[in-house]
Amino acid sequence: MVEMSMPTASSASPETQMSRTAPHPSRMRTNDLVSINDLDLDEIEALFAEAEACKRTLLQDRRRQAKPYSDVLSGRTILTVFFEPSTRTMHAFRMAAAMLGAAAQDFPVERSSVGKGESFLDTLMTIQALGADALVLRHPTTGAARFAADHLEIPVINGGDGTGEHPTQALLDAFTIRECLGKLHGLTVTIVGDIRHSRVARSNILLLTKLGVEVRVVGPPTMLPHPQAFPDIMVTDDLARALRGADVVMALRIQAERQKKPLITSAQAYRRGWGLNAERLQRFCPNALIMHPGPVLRGVELDAGLLESDRALILRQVENGVAIRMAVFKRLLNADGREAWQA
Amino acid sequence: MSDLIIRQGRLLDPASGVDRRVDLAIRNGRVHAIADRLPDEAAVEEIDATGKWVLPGFVDPHVHLRTPGQAHKETIETGAAAAAAGGYTRIVCMPNTTPPLDNPIVVEWLRMQCEQRSPVHVEIAAAITEGQQGQRLTDFGALKEAGAVALTDDGVGVSNAALMRHALELARHWDLPIMIHAEDPELSDGGAMHAGAVSDRNGIPGIPAAAEAVMVARDVLLAEMTGARLHVLHVSAETTVALIRWAKARGIRVSAEVSPHHLLLTDEDVEAAGFDPNWKMNPPLRARRDRDALIEGLLDGTIDFIATDHAPHERESKETTFVEASFGIIGLETAFALIHTHFADRLSPLDLARLFSSAPAKTLGLPGGRLAVGDPADLTIFDPAQRWTVSPQTLHSLSRNTPFLGRTLQGRIVRTLVAGRTVYALPDGAEEATQ
Repeated sequence: MVEMSMPTASSASPETQMSRTAPHPSRMRTNDLVSINDLDLDEIEALFAEAEACKRTLLQDRRRQAKPYSDVLSGRTILTVFFEPSTRTMHAFRMAAAMLGAAAQDFPVERSSVGKGESFLDTLMTIQALGADALVLRHPTTGAARFAADHLEIPVINGGDGTGEHPTQALLDAFTIRECLGKLHGLTVTIVGDIRHSRVARSNILLLTKLGVEVRVVGPPTMLPHPQAFPDIMVTDDLARALRGADVVMALRIQAERQKKPLITSAQAYRRGWGLNAERLQRFCPNALIMHPGPVLRGVELDAGLLESDRALILRQVENGVAIRMAVFKRLLNADGREAWQA
Repeated sequence: MSDLIIRQGRLLDPASGVDRRVDLAIRNGRVHAIADRLPDEAAVEEIDATGKWVLPGFVDPHVHLRTPGQAHKETIETGAAAAAAGGYTRIVCMPNTTPPLDNPIVVEWLRMQCEQRSPVHVEIAAAITEGQQGQRLTDFGALKEAGAVALTDDGVGVSNAALMRHALELARHWDLPIMIHAEDPELSDGGAMHAGAVSDRNGIPGIPAAAEAVMVARDVLLAEMTGARLHVLHVSAETTVALIRWAKARGIRVSAEVSPHHLLLTDEDVEAAGFDPNWKMNPPLRARRDRDALIEGLLDGTIDFIATDHAPHERESKETTFVEASFGIIGLETAFALIHTHFADRLSPLDLARLFSSAPAKTLGLPGGRLAVGDPADLTIFDPAQRWTVSPQTLHSLSRNTPFLGRTLQGRIVRTLVAGRTVYALPDGAEEATQ
């Protein structure tokens, strides 16, 4: 999926960098992370190894109170363009950039010409002309990141597109599971919630399946994908069946903003059928780790008590989110002089 | 004395069942003589149609001519040129224009414009409701008097069942067919492609097949109740085919059309094409099971004919994400060659002629679709041997939004005549030019 089609950024002369700011009519592909499908197993392994190294150094530096952790991306500018609100994702990307010595800049969508009716393509061309070295994009429309990657030369990292994908979230989730359980292959991971409208679920299904994990998805029938969408996973509305023997339970936020129509009558109705509480976990998967991409609606998807338990990995997910994004930046921006990933 | 003689073409006239090699003479815009061999006439133009098919000009009851108000998508001239290049001599244009064709003044204006500017016959389908808003019925009698031949709110469905009932009652009085764009807007809301495994795998909002079928079910029942003529536009779902089959068996006055793209493509193809917005239309390309049912319905007569739903869009409308892009693709110039390429084993040449000419004309009560002595010389000549590749250069429409760009097709329209006058001729050497 990912092709090399331009000189590596680290070797580019200032002149080359200037010329890269011109809009390109051709559909050149650079090194993008739009979908989990952009990554093969070797690249996933390399990203995890890189993230591990980043995390180790981060923790050491934190003890020494030294910053930034590295200057491998010094002089580079990473632009975050978020057409949807976000706290942890955007700041994890910005922290990761800062830790690598890159300048992270935000393109303020609300105050830009987007509000004046500028087309998405024209906005993208403007962003490229500003001279950023990479773009992190979040957009409410599925396919927006692919569209950006198809039209821009600079690397595009998908920070979440509509109900499409959120690949860095899936990477950090898988990384976190592996860190806690020492492996991924052979595990059972159950994802609970609005699967059909969740980009986190979609990227996790693709990634975990690729890594040999048995994936189960469960939620109200109104929130489940077509049974043939992912033929290798369990799709069910039966929570007990989905939880039984699971090693990890991943709860998703019920995203009211993505549901034009009410897919369930109320929070109580959701909780009655698919809410996670200590009793249910104790009964069906007493040892399972609990994950959530955040933000959590306490008392809807997860009972408050579960958040405080040792089995909850929510804050560790956030912490690993920085390391994973550092790894993505390093490998996409060729910081160590190697070829960018090939898939 | 004749004005033109077409020599030794394979005449395919579905209305009379004729399929044989003949000379066909034209005089004063009409077919003057048909014979195995007509005598030579001095100083008369002749066309050598040896090895080619001579067919009644095609009739497409479903074309978006985008006039008035959307000249950046199509004009009367470019739309008519596209029709002629596709073998069509009569098209029906849809009312979802700016302003919509919902009152007799704009219908009359458009009719006069088309008479002056279009080399092919243009018929007008007027709106069922004012502004196509689904609230108040238009004045059917006045629209008919102004020249409308059918009524439709194509582009959107009529969601109010009582309003549709009254529309059918009045349409029956004025003897106008109601052509339905069957879509429940609540079920389809926000969707960009067929709701199924492919949409859910990719997180693209879906349009369920039932969004079409529930409206077809409602409207065939209302057609039975009112006795009106109901025509179902662009059938896309297996369940719709089953409902129409049931309604016809019951004696309800219902007809149906299918587009070439729904007969040939599925939602899996959309995914394989990387969600190129040129693969986005409404109704969407559906699952393989639906596509197979459409083919079966066409072959067993449940579906009456093929129509293109030619829907031109300017580049900007498609130069965005699949989800945001406009619905619709062009189709006039590729329809016949596509069906010939892919269905030659299942449809005889006479069947093809029928599905593109006599069947749509007869179903909707339009002139044309016949080519016997005395009939207007509205005809097209098709070379079944010629292979060509669809490219932007081969197209006459103002727009280029088709998923068939790059496809190599078997057979090509080489000439189209309206009232004996050539309105389209494939340029010499065009085969090379398209390579």
